[in-house]
Amino acid sequence: MSQTSQGARVLIVGAGPAGIRAAGTLCAAGLRPIVVDEGARAGGQIYRRPPKGFTRSPETLYGSEAAKARALHGAFDALVAADALDYLPRASVVALSDGVAQVLNEGRIRQVPYDRLLLATGAMDRVAPVPGWQSAGVYTLGAAQIALKAQGVALGQQIVLAGSGPLLTLLAYQLRKAGAGLAAVLDTSSLTTQMRGLPGMLARPAVALRGVTMRARLGRLYHSGVTLERIETDATGPVAIHWCDRRGRPRRTPCDMVGLGWHLRAETHLADLAGIVFDYSEVWAQWLPRADAMGRAGQGRYLAGDGLRILGADGAEIAGRLAAIACLQDLGLPAPDPRGELRSRARMERFARGLARGFPWPAQMVRALPDDSIICRCEGITAADLRAGAVLGGAEANRVKSLARVGMGRCQGRYCQLAGAELIAAGAGQSPQAAGRLRGQAPARPVPAGAYCDETGQ
Amino acid sequence: MIGGAQGRVVRLAETARAPVRFWFDGEELRALKGDTVLTAILLSARALRPSEFGPEDRAGFCLMGACQDCWVWPETGPRFRACSTPIAEGMRLLSRPPAPWPEESEA
Repeated sequence: MSQTSQGARVLIVGAGPAGIRAAGTLCAAGLRPIVVDEGARAGGQIYRRPPKGFTRSPETLYGSEAAKARALHGAFDALVAADALDYLPRASVVALSDGVAQVLNEGRIRQVPYDRLLLATGAMDRVAPVPGWQSAGVYTLGAAQIALKAQGVALGQQIVLAGSGPLLTLLAYQLRKAGAGLAAVLDTSSLTTQMRGLPGMLARPAVALRGVTMRARLGRLYHSGVTLERIETDATGPVAIHWCDRRGRPRRTPCDMVGLGWHLRAETHLADLAGIVFDYSEVWAQWLPRADAMGRAGQGRYLAGDGLRILGADGAEIAGRLAAIACLQDLGLPAPDPRGELRSRARMERFARGLARGFPWPAQMVRALPDDSIICRCEGITAADLRAGAVLGGAEANRVKSLARVGMGRCQGRYCQLAGAELIAAGAGQSPQAAGRLRGQAPARPVPAGAYCDETGQ
Repeated sequence: MIGGAQGRVVRLAETARAPVRFWFDGEELRALKGDTVLTAILLSARALRPSEFGPEDRAGFCLMGACQDCWVWPETGPRFRACSTPIAEGMRLLSRPPAPWPEESEA
């Protein structure tokens, strides 16, 4: 038994804070995990590393979190240097079946067998459509942060950031500090709503204070309680954003780039393909995979990090260790005591729930989108098309998808699913939960047909 | 140049890297080693490609491999994501698929 357990192949998907800490915990117990990551260098999004040859210090790149970034990168580099794991960078798990992962790497599909699966797939921006968002020059907030961190560039000369959540303020602060042209920061959450999240946020007073300080530095660029009307564009991109201030007065801010994001959405495609059950979370206003506090989802499947619950980078490190401990326990191997990590995790969750409450999804703004707004950015499908699909097929997300194609484009519903469900729910006078969850299909990333042909030599 | 002559992206840091020469829609452009294809192109162009489903151009959206908005084509070989591919000396890139589909060219 112990020999088999020691030889257990644990596949970790994702090398951000959760995946790295999970790998470290498993390696310390004598296992040799396989780590598959889409990044060229381990670190994930928040601790993303620039390509080799870039010279900015971790202090410049990660600010107050520099020491954590350095520790995390160092820990993973040491595991790779010690040949303690199998590491596949620039590789995507695109499908899972019967203990085998199909991994796309360098244009080829490789079959990677595994005994246990630990998903640390992180999160992406939760985006609400704003009329005009299909134009070139509209990005997610995460995109603007990646451009700054990993490339040292701004995605425009006159930038407007709009949405809500911790990244809105953090990114605005980082862009200004780096010398980018920032025209406005538009927060759809009102100060009253933000105050409702404050009791939870006080679970981590230092982090809350840092946010408030950064916000204060933005001064008059920052506006709370706004409603976004539309992005005015010419043939090449944005020229202005139209919005209403908290008193309902119409405003127009000239810009050549708009960044959008309402906190985060868990990246759950592989959890879905692994057959994990989902529940709708009112707190996070999205569908999330079901697991226990350790991240155990049953049948040798584990989840950690923002792909399970949006606890942020610190919470992801904790969740990564916990999921690995759960895996070791289930294998019957000696495992570290998880109680301290479980207490820390509970505190992270109180804080995260405060954030979710204070910076909510803009449900009313989405429900009020005019008929000609694009909902599916991949294929240019409008709110009218989606509403017609719901009338024809019934108020269920998968049926509307089959009729109106919202969710069938190349992003596979990642950027339209939540808005789509909101519109379906509005039409039927029900909750987004009742509209159901779009079922994920393989492959999780587009795969060229040739990548499969090579495998069989055909 | 797709969408006009002016670039979209602005460099703020990391400017002391080796120059790289590449071509986009036949035009010779310069970037720096370590730039992604997306950064490299958008320093000089307003967009990466036209949308197949609408009148607007596309210039990437998420920069993390999730949205599939930033496909570009090499003159030979399969398309790839500009956000996650590093630029390389001598790359020849296109904002549209290179040639008609084989069955069309045979017809």
